[in-house]
Amino acid sequence: MNFDFSDEQKQLREALRRFMSKEVTRSLVRMAIDDAGAGQAAWRALGEMGASTMMLPENCGGHGLGALELCLLAEEAGRVLAPLPWLATLGLSAQALLISADEAAQQLWLPRIAAGEASTFAAPLDGQTGELPCFDGQRLTGCSSLVLDGHTATFAVVLARDAHGGECLVVCDLDASVSRTALPVHDAVLPCSRLDFYGTAATRLSCDAGRVLLGVRERAAVFSAFEQLGAADGALAMAVAYARERRAFGRPIGAYQGIKHKLADVYTLNEMARVHCYYAAWALAADAPELGCAAAAARIAATDALSYAAQENIQTHGGMGYTWDMDCQLFYKHARASAVLLGGRHLWSEALVRSLEQTAGE
Amino acid sequence: MDFKDSTPEAAFRAKCRAWLEANAERKQRVDELYGRGLGQAEMVEASRAWQACKAHAGFGAITWDKALGGLGGTPMQEMIYREEEGQFLVPRNAFAVSLGMVIPALAAHGSDAQRARFVEPALYGRELWCQLLSEPDAGSDLGMVRTRAERCTDGRDGWLLKGQKVWTTYAQFADFGMVLARTDPDKPKFDGLTCFYVDMHAAGVEVRPIRQASGEAEFNEVFLNEVFVPDTQRIGEVCAGWKVTMTALMSERLSIGGVIPPGLWQRGLALMREAPGFDGAPAIEDGRMRERLAELYMNTQGLWLMQARALTALGRGEAPGPELSVAKIVGARTLQDFAYLAFDLKGQQSMVTSELLGDSWSNVEDLWFGAAGMRIAGGTDEIVKNSVGERVLGLPGEPRTDKGIPFRELS
Ligand SMILES: Cc1cc2nc3c(=O)[nH]c(=O)nc-3n(C[C@H](O)[C@H](O)[C@H](O)COP(=O)(O)OP(=O)(O)OC[C@H]3O[C@@H](n4cnc5c(N)ncnc54)[C@H](O)[C@@H]3O)c2cc1C
Repeated sequence: MNFDFSDEQKQLREALRRFMSKEVTRSLVRMAIDDAGAGQAAWRALGEMGASTMMLPENCGGHGLGALELCLLAEEAGRVLAPLPWLATLGLSAQALLISADEAAQQLWLPRIAAGEASTFAAPLDGQTGELPCFDGQRLTGCSSLVLDGHTATFAVVLARDAHGGECLVVCDLDASVSRTALPVHDAVLPCSRLDFYGTAATRLSCDAGRVLLGVRERAAVFSAFEQLGAADGALAMAVAYARERRAFGRPIGAYQGIKHKLADVYTLNEMARVHCYYAAWALAADAPELGCAAAAARIAATDALSYAAQENIQTHGGMGYTWDMDCQLFYKHARASAVLLGGRHLWSEALVRSLEQTAGE
Repeated sequence: MDFKDSTPEAAFRAKCRAWLEANAERKQRVDELYGRGLGQAEMVEASRAWQACKAHAGFGAITWDKALGGLGGTPMQEMIYREEEGQFLVPRNAFAVSLGMVIPALAAHGSDAQRARFVEPALYGRELWCQLLSEPDAGSDLGMVRTRAERCTDGRDGWLLKGQKVWTTYAQFADFGMVLARTDPDKPKFDGLTCFYVDMHAAGVEVRPIRQASGEAEFNEVFLNEVFVPDTQRIGEVCAGWKVTMTALMSERLSIGGVIPPGLWQRGLALMREAPGFDGAPAIEDGRMRERLAELYMNTQGLWLMQARALTALGRGEAPGPELSVAKIVGARTLQDFAYLAFDLKGQQSMVTSELLGDSWSNVEDLWFGAAGMRIAGGTDEIVKNSVGERVLGLPGEPRTDKGIPFRELS
């Protein structure tokens, strides 16, 4: 057995962590609250480190970095709440193209991702049905109501309704025929836009849209779980640092079991989430049949971990934690947005139990 | 045991309802909010006007003695009024601190002149108060207040206040503030404190709003830069400040109710009926949701019942049981869980703010942030639990290093 990342992967993680703590930091997400383009320079720099080629086949610009590396990127991005389009680009739209197995489309679009362009996936990701734009075989008309990083993406894979009323996936450049409206959101880490298509030229992916959507959600669950895990660690680190420093009744507050046990509980949830995340990363990289269970379990554990870490980080900071200027609020907001992006916790525990039943039945 | 209004209670309820029908608009939905889009200053103005309106009708301070201008009513009547008011669109109450904490403490410990001057204007919404207790280094450990009050040496009969307060709710709108300050640093920490009131517009008082997690600014930093207060602005004896402060904080704890907004489990149920669950069924058909609804009911109803016990005790002239001290913890946690539930049910759409999602969502946002603040304000969860362990259960106290030691020797 070997349940760990390789030495090269650990080195990559170190490099990513250094990059995030120097070039990104949590000040970037504060800038992103008012300026949707705040992350662009950092995204380019990350691309130069090879991040934008992760999971791409070599004939589309890939360099052999795979799913495990992308998971590490996610974790390090989460730690500093990086407002970068890695999830929309690599975790969603690239995955849609990969799962579709439409090679012509892959050759056309994936090299643009490898070259550093941001893209997105316009589809309801929370398992619920939403309004879809219509595709007449050549052009796209209508609206995708909530699109992650819709403002910075240059192209998108879009879930649409075809002339026969069925669902299909199409790819299109987000050119002048698309009107983008930034939506007011709480969490600047996951900015969303509404996209209105006015006869936008698009090509159909040859694939089963429903199957691809499910596959994308499952993989995104793993990446998002790693991101939540990183954020939960980040929130815990903040709380621990404060608990060492802040004094009440003549002692650091971390000396009191009310705080000490609380932070040990946060740590426990984070560590449980970590092993589920790692397991899911393995299942994804190995294309193992366990992926269904593992992705859902990672998703649930990481959602719970971040939710608790964020809420207790505020609590540990007392009045300070309730201010705009402390970063506690950034974690608190990201905890909720990341908990619902792919659908609420109950959807994933249902998915988990269904996978368990299937596994047991075989 | 029964939960029906007694004949006088029913009569009082009818009276409240009739008055509210004539003076306010009934809510169309339980989560409807008064004055959508109003700024904070406007909301405080609206609260002043509503307080005046209530006071003129005799509902301004139901449990206060008649001598103070109150109705001389029971806590039960107070709750009946609040239950009824909860069904109407009224401004968010800016007078909770003024009437629930400061004025009761001033009435108990202040001079006749102070009572004569301040009780009525607060009751009628003309003067808003804030409470200047917490400091950057004195929150849970409030006894560590460093703001100094020094006797004037220039012949004036009064004091100079120097220091910084923080987290002061509504200081930017308040007319007066009650200040806890250190008058004698040679005494142990709780024994050298004295209470004063300051005119928030006096020279040397500087208020800086603090932006909160939600983006609004309800609380403030308040700098007291050599603010002169005549000795007549002292509340209670010199070095009796801790006692005055405790009266204020205990009045808050006794001002029962208002923790849980009305109709919360009904709202949870409505959300579950609207939201899609699995395979085309509504969320309410999912066992996980049914479990969460059960919990929501248990907590909200449990709090209501706890309050009913306390009201029964108070109605008999007895003290309410110590269990009431956990109500704030349960309340805050219930509200936080409710907000999380609402997010889960709304799915991806809930990444967007109420600017787009409308009124009922802004209510969820308020609870989401409000609950996190409630777990801290007025004694944190941890401090409340310590106090339950020590005062209620009689467990040994935490090691204390400050007993009997002069304040100036403490770090
Ligand atoms: C929304 C809001 C409104 C407020 N309004 C007012 C107001 O109008 N006027 C006013 O004076 N103040 C106000 N406050 C301040 C409030 O009373 C303090 O924030 C609170 O008492 C905690 O103090 P602190 O912020 O200094 O936190 P700290 O005391 O520094 O506490 C930090 C953490 O340490 C924990 N801790 C401390 N001591 C112990 C211990 N012995 N055992 C275990 N854990 C411990 C706390 O529980 C907390 O989790 C308000 C606060 C909020 C959030």
